[in-house]
Amino acid sequence: MKSLLITGGRVIDPASKFDAPADVLIRDGKVEAVGQGLTADGVPVLNAAGCIVAPGFIDMHVHLREPGIEHAETIETGARAAAAGGFTSICCMPNTSPVNDSATVTSYIVQRAREVAVVNVFPIGAITKGSKGEELAAIGSMREAGIVAISDDGRPVMNARVMRRAMEQARSLNIPVIDHCEDLNLSAGGDMHEGAESVRLGLRGIPSASEDVMVARDLLLAELTGAWFHVAHLSTQRSMAMVAFAKTRGIKVSCEVTPHHFAITDRELCAYDSNYKMKPPLRRSRDVEAIIEGICNGTVDAIATDHAPHPGDEKMQEFERCPFGITGLETAIGLTLSELVHPGHITAGRMVELFTTGPANVLRLDRGTLKPGAPGDVTVFDLTGEWTFDVSQSQSKSRNSPFSGRRFTGGPVATVTGGGIVWQRE
Amino acid sequence: MPDKSSQSPLAAGLLDIESLDRSEIELILDRARFFQPLPNETYRRMESLRGKTIVNLFFEASTRTRVSFEIAAKRLGADTISIAAQQSSVSKGESLVDTLNTLVAMRPNAVVMRHAASGAPHFLARHLQIPIVNAGDGTHEHPTQGLLDALTILDRRKSLENLRVAIIGDIAHSRVARSDIHLLSKFGAEIVLCGPPSLVPSELAELAPGIRIAYDMKEAIRDVDVIMMLRVQLERQHEAPMAAGEYFRFFGLQLEHLALARPEVIVMHPGPINRGRELSSDVADSQRSAILNQVENGVAVRMAVLERILG
Repeated sequence: MKSLLITGGRVIDPASKFDAPADVLIRDGKVEAVGQGLTADGVPVLNAAGCIVAPGFIDMHVHLREPGIEHAETIETGARAAAAGGFTSICCMPNTSPVNDSATVTSYIVQRAREVAVVNVFPIGAITKGSKGEELAAIGSMREAGIVAISDDGRPVMNARVMRRAMEQARSLNIPVIDHCEDLNLSAGGDMHEGAESVRLGLRGIPSASEDVMVARDLLLAELTGAWFHVAHLSTQRSMAMVAFAKTRGIKVSCEVTPHHFAITDRELCAYDSNYKMKPPLRRSRDVEAIIEGICNGTVDAIATDHAPHPGDEKMQEFERCPFGITGLETAIGLTLSELVHPGHITAGRMVELFTTGPANVLRLDRGTLKPGAPGDVTVFDLTGEWTFDVSQSQSKSRNSPFSGRRFTGGPVATVTGGGIVWQRE
Repeated sequence: MPDKSSQSPLAAGLLDIESLDRSEIELILDRARFFQPLPNETYRRMESLRGKTIVNLFFEASTRTRVSFEIAAKRLGADTISIAAQQSSVSKGESLVDTLNTLVAMRPNAVVMRHAASGAPHFLARHLQIPIVNAGDGTHEHPTQGLLDALTILDRRKSLENLRVAIIGDIAHSRVARSDIHLLSKFGAEIVLCGPPSLVPSELAELAPGIRIAYDMKEAIRDVDVIMMLRVQLERQHEAPMAAGEYFRFFGLQLEHLALARPEVIVMHPGPINRGRELSSDVADSQRSAILNQVENGVAVRMAVLERILG
């Protein structure tokens, strides 16, 4: 159990409504005190002058590819990429090989993370066996083994009756159901957002409606079952409006958005470059505006990366053959600053919420705060340092990012988990 | 003669019409007209590409386009090698980039490529130094078809300025339509797109200036100078756009339609034609039909393009 004194920074802890210059003392892995002029004999010191000191950031949507797809990423490399991106906790989606649909796989991930991961890893279990959408997975046993939510992510449950049963069980276990909302019949064969750009490029489209009809279905099922429904990577104007409406109706719903969905539109993507191919696809500027508005007005609960590593050979193909997804752990803070904070859409305090209390509340994690007794997880970042993202230097095993070469102002400075510094900017 | 002193915009190849400017198109069409044989004459044999090697790499079946490119290259004195994907290492699981790298290692001067994936030549052009001529990429573009269609119109009209053109059929899946639309729009054409709603998405109107969409054949054809029929591309459609048997009834071109158009209307079709599906036999064989001229003009246009790239 490690101890650390972080001095001289501006501490932002939304959970305790604290935003002021202060030191943070972590002793034996737990936050002991936040205040000015703290001292502690024999405890290593991290100088955070000029930086923001925040509770450890949580990324609730990550693909770690282990077990089974270790040539793309491992728990170890994914965790290192998370640390380099300023995250102290990550939640990994179940689409591994085998799928995380049993306590055995969950336990493997938990155990493996304990051995090799520099950040906290919280597994998300599958909703259905093999994520095939037919039979419920061993949700109760997985819960006992450590899952914090259920989701079939990229292979969404199409059968509404199965989804209803999953929500009923999730409610009894007090975990959220995370849905990648996509009607697979409407999106079948699509490679990018359906609109003028897909028509121009001769690529098959994924209509916004393929997301919207599933958000609508799940909201109705959440109302029916009383379950907590969390919309993964919400990307459309209409889905945002529906979630906002459902919240006013008292439906238990939350949503996350990804940095790439508020940073790039379908008109700005580089044609036929698979580093711009993901699900949901990059949408229109009016969707981006709606996402930013949702972030500002509180409809959005969390920013999550949907970090989806794929090895180079799979992304070096004809666009329509390439898999969906991009990496995102190391660019999330930089993009949030450049797209949301620096233009004045949100304050640094709101940004910290979106990465800490937001996801912690959705997942009922006892984290995301610097209150005394909380885990000693801290994210130190700055608002002014100039840096360039070079994907060839990424800690991830994969290189599929559209943001390589992008200049950022402000970014992660140091990452602390359990009082130990697991990453520090050079 | 084309200007060889300055770097041609086509030195890196020809990927699409959209990114060409009007003057470049005019240059190619002027040169293509020079290559057109007189009646009863065969194509002249030139030497301007002597010593050059051109690889025709066809990942999709093609007869007319492949033969047309081969003849064009040979008329200019180039050596050509044609590869059909079925015979290549693609069937052994080699990736597209590796296949191209292997070919490029043998130092050809250009690759002419047809591929079923939209953007495949654009993707390769980012990773390879060799000039690539797009001979049709998926449902995106078929730039030399656009050029030969323009040349065919110029055989019967003084200029491409301000034409009224109807393009009818499966626009969504047509690479020919996209190249034609971009090209004609650059010359100020009014373009009407017509076909079953699922094959003519409304977003097509944003493709270029001057586009209108109609779902009624008679309305589309009224007072046009050119009618371009498209092949019904069953192989690219993933569901039926309408009940079987209704297509020809509502979107097939029949002789009585021609009376609605301007008197000297030109009927075109990129081939291969399906008589009785897209157009009736009497239309295909009528005086108004320029379908065989299109095929003929393919050679002249491809000579001009290859010379512009490699000459």
